[in-house]
Amino acid sequence: MNIHIPTPLRAYTGGLETVSVAGSTVGDVFQQLTVQYPELKPHLFTPEGKLRSFVNVYLNDDDIRYLPNKEETAANETDELTIIPSIAGGASCRP
Amino acid sequence: MLRIHYADYEALRAHGEETYPNECCGVLLGKNIAGEGNGAAAVNHVQQIVRAGNTRTDSAHNRYHIAPQELVKIQRQARGLGLDIVGFYHSHPDHPAQWSKTDFAEAHWLSCSYIITSVEQGKAVLTNSFLLSGTGEDNKNFEDEAIQIDIAEAAAHNQKGHA
Repeated sequence: MNIHIPTPLRAYTGGLETVSVAGSTVGDVFQQLTVQYPELKPHLFTPEGKLRSFVNVYLNDDDIRYLPNKEETAANETDELTIIPSIAGGASCRP
Repeated sequence: MLRIHYADYEALRAHGEETYPNECCGVLLGKNIAGEGNGAAAVNHVQQIVRAGNTRTDSAHNRYHIAPQELVKIQRQARGLGLDIVGFYHSHPDHPAQWSKTDFAEAHWLSCSYIITSVEQGKAVLTNSFLLSGTGEDNKNFEDEAIQIDIAEAAAHNQKGHA
C-alpha cells in the first residue's frame, strides 16, 4: 500500500513523498512504516504509543479514526494512506 | 526565505479582504529549494496558492482551521502538479500580522512558511511570513522570514496572457 508523506516528515523517509509498505490491516501498515523508517515514530506517536492528536491519517478519503473497524480495517494494495498534520490557528491568544 | 509571484501575493491579501471580518486561510504549493552556497537559507518557492474553507464557524473572526479532508485533496492536487505543500496563509482581521500563541501552538508543518496578513476595517495592510523551524514539537520556533515578490515575472506572465 502506498503511504503519502507530508512535506515536513520527508526528512525521515529519505526525501520520498510516497513510500510503499506491506501489511494486512491499516494498523499493520502504519506500524510497519515506523519499522522501515524508525525516525518517523516520535513525530507520529506520543511516548505512550498513541497517535499524536495533530496527526491525521486518511485511508483514501476517510479519517481512520472514524472507520467502523478503525486500525483493524483491511488494507488493500490499491488503497492509499495519507498522513496529514492539522492546520489551524488564528489571532485569538487562547490555543 | 519565501518567494512568491506578485499575483499570488495580491490574491492571498484579497482573500483576507473578502472574508473580513472573518479569517481566511489557504495553502501554498511550490517547491522547497535548498540554499546555494555556504550557510544559505532554503527558499520556499510558491508557484500556486489554493484557497481553503475556514471550518471554525463558531469563532471565524479570530480562529481558522482547514478540514484535514480538504488538505488531503489539496496534497493530492499538489502531487498531480509535481508540487509540494510549502506553507499556508491566513488573515488576522483587525489584529497585527504577527503570529499568536494559538498560531504557534497549532503549527506543526516544520520547514513550511506561515503567511499572516493583517486586515484592518476590511483593507489588507501588512503581510508577514514566518518559517516554522526546528526538528520537532519540543524545539519548534517561528522565525521572521523575508518575502521575495516576483514582480517582473508576474508582469511577463500578464503580457503573455494579453498577447
